[in-house]
Amino acid sequence: MTSAKMPDTPAAPDREPWSLVIRPRRGWFEFNLDELWRYRDLIVLFVWRDFVAQYKQTILGPLWYIIQPLLMSLTFTVVFGRLAGMSTDGVNDFLFYMAGTVVWSYFAACLTKTANTFTGNVAIFGKVYFPRLIVPVSVLISNLIAFALQLALFFAFLIYFVASGAEVRPNAWLLSLPLLVLLMAALGLGIGIIVSSLTTRYRDLQFLVTFGTQLLMFATPVIYPLSSVPDKYRWLAVANPMTPVIETFRYAFLGNGTFDLTHLAYSGGAAAFVLLVGILIFNRVEQTFMDTV
Amino acid sequence: MSDIAISIERLSKFYQLGTIGNRTLYQDLNRAWARLRGRPDPILKIGERGGDGEGLWALRDVDFKIKQGEVLGIIGRNGAGKSTLLKILSRVTGPTSGAVKVRGRLASLLEVGTGFHPDLTGRENIYLNGAILGMTRGEVRRKFDAIVAFADVEKFIDTPVKRYSSGMYVRLAFAVAAHLDPEILVIDEVLAVGDQAFQEKCLGKMGEISREGRTVLFVSHNLQSVWSLCPNSIWLDRGTLRAAGSSSEIIDQYRASFSAQAGVALDQVSRSGSGRVRITGMRFENAGEDGGTSVPCGKGFDVVLDYAAGADVDLSQLEAYLHVSNDRQVRLFTLSNVFTRDRFGALAPSGSLRCRVDELPLIPGEYDITVSVRLGIEPVDKFNSPLRLMVVEGKYLEGHQAFDRTWGTLLVKHKWAAEVPSAAR
Repeated sequence: MTSAKMPDTPAAPDREPWSLVIRPRRGWFEFNLDELWRYRDLIVLFVWRDFVAQYKQTILGPLWYIIQPLLMSLTFTVVFGRLAGMSTDGVNDFLFYMAGTVVWSYFAACLTKTANTFTGNVAIFGKVYFPRLIVPVSVLISNLIAFALQLALFFAFLIYFVASGAEVRPNAWLLSLPLLVLLMAALGLGIGIIVSSLTTRYRDLQFLVTFGTQLLMFATPVIYPLSSVPDKYRWLAVANPMTPVIETFRYAFLGNGTFDLTHLAYSGGAAAFVLLVGILIFNRVEQTFMDTV
Repeated sequence: MSDIAISIERLSKFYQLGTIGNRTLYQDLNRAWARLRGRPDPILKIGERGGDGEGLWALRDVDFKIKQGEVLGIIGRNGAGKSTLLKILSRVTGPTSGAVKVRGRLASLLEVGTGFHPDLTGRENIYLNGAILGMTRGEVRRKFDAIVAFADVEKFIDTPVKRYSSGMYVRLAFAVAAHLDPEILVIDEVLAVGDQAFQEKCLGKMGEISREGRTVLFVSHNLQSVWSLCPNSIWLDRGTLRAAGSSSEIIDQYRASFSAQAGVALDQVSRSGSGRVRITGMRFENAGEDGGTSVPCGKGFDVVLDYAAGADVDLSQLEAYLHVSNDRQVRLFTLSNVFTRDRFGALAPSGSLRCRVDELPLIPGEYDITVSVRLGIEPVDKFNSPLRLMVVEGKYLEGHQAFDRTWGTLLVKHKWAAEVPSAAR
């Protein structure tokens, strides 16, 4: 027994506890969340590093955050709206696609960028300890900055179109925006860290995740409204927890779309579940992945 | 007692070899299914029963304690478990069994400049690297000027580090690490980097840290620096704690082990070649004063190879090669009867070959000697497990005797004289 090792220790000084005990495996439910808080400065610096370093030596700098969704929405408007003539529930098609793109790109960025947490940071993780969850959490936050910029752009267009009398009706559900962001972040992080934990063993997932996220976009009502999905397959589309998030977003900002509280509640449950499973697996893998990666 | 800073209790680490990363999802699912049905965790058992993967105990039941304020050296050969111990203490990887208990803030330095971003400036990287090492922004701000002064990069502090010379880069990286103020510091010797002046500064800083009453664990290959920095040492050997005590005692024992193990256990080595001739033994003779393998530099020694061949093998073309490498696996030179044009004449089917080195021009340190044997162009025997040679200080050159790597590896005999200018002639 290890505890029997210090029988000669006087009672008084021994009351000073060990500040750190390294053991083979923590239990499934042992987290060091307070440690995450102690390293909060590192989160801030990682976010700042991602933001600053990404656009060093570029001419347009952070403007790229805005150019990407803008061009994407324009392309969708031309291809799907004008050429293919797909339904947008009667809403201005540019706003419709932009809403979908902005929301989806935050989720997609959270997922794909947290998915290589372990394999992409071997060099640092192999030399220094800090709570590994810092890395995906900082990714969420730095993507939030991009999301905020894109959202501001979307707002600008929204105000312009409302002023010019387009058929859009923003409503009080706008207030649910923080909740929607939280849902996306939780889903993206949850799936991302599950993938990153599994890629330490099975590298195939790395290829699957970029490609899979693209496919997933078409399975989610990003470029089409949920209402255009045939009733027979509606349940399938709603089973995707991102569907209610996007539909609610469009309902709140544009006043159209399928809004259903039970769908949203389901989405919340799914996000919580995925995140919990993700953190459990991540917590497990972070202790030994250096030996397998 | 309460003054224990680190307590290492029956610490073991098992590495699975070979199969890692090659397992299929199917196998893993199978294994998980087996576990669900109540079979015990198979990972631990694999090495023991030699099932579907070979394993290695990098550390086995290592048990020791470090008092607060103690400066402890850890020595041992390559593969003795030093790095594994460091990794566990740094929490980069977890142990297989056992525990480490720590009292106080522990910082470990396996590398300097971890997380440096080439596009960020020196200033930005100081903050980033400091945070990665566990400092808060406030702490970095307070030590910022001292870090910059130590690294001697004031002029370039707002330049991206990718424009730095490698010397500046390393100095800045070490400076951040050196200003970490932990109660317990775990350092790898490779940290002493850069040019010689800066290396001395690094070692000086480490000495300073240890004199401030902090607990330091210092892992090193360099016995000289262990001896000068650490009053006490432990010696790790093949994953176990071989000895612990005062550094001078442990270092003596460590050196002596090289003489005790003067031969290679040939049944354990992996070998290649056709096998028509086999080296059956390899040892040092006539080396050093103690007859062991500690050779003072400039002194000589013999390497004796025992061989055995089939009765019908023609040995007239036998060529023997001894390859000498340093502890970083850089081959320094090769000794061969081909080079010296020494013929063995008619050799008996089994016997010995002796190679005499009269003067060994190597600086003190550990070296590996590997052997390979050929019959003409046919490789007949070669193995990878080396004979370890320990070179200790000796008076090969008349002057300076304390040679280390900064002077190079080889000592060459030479002379200097003043030359009368030709105009004055």
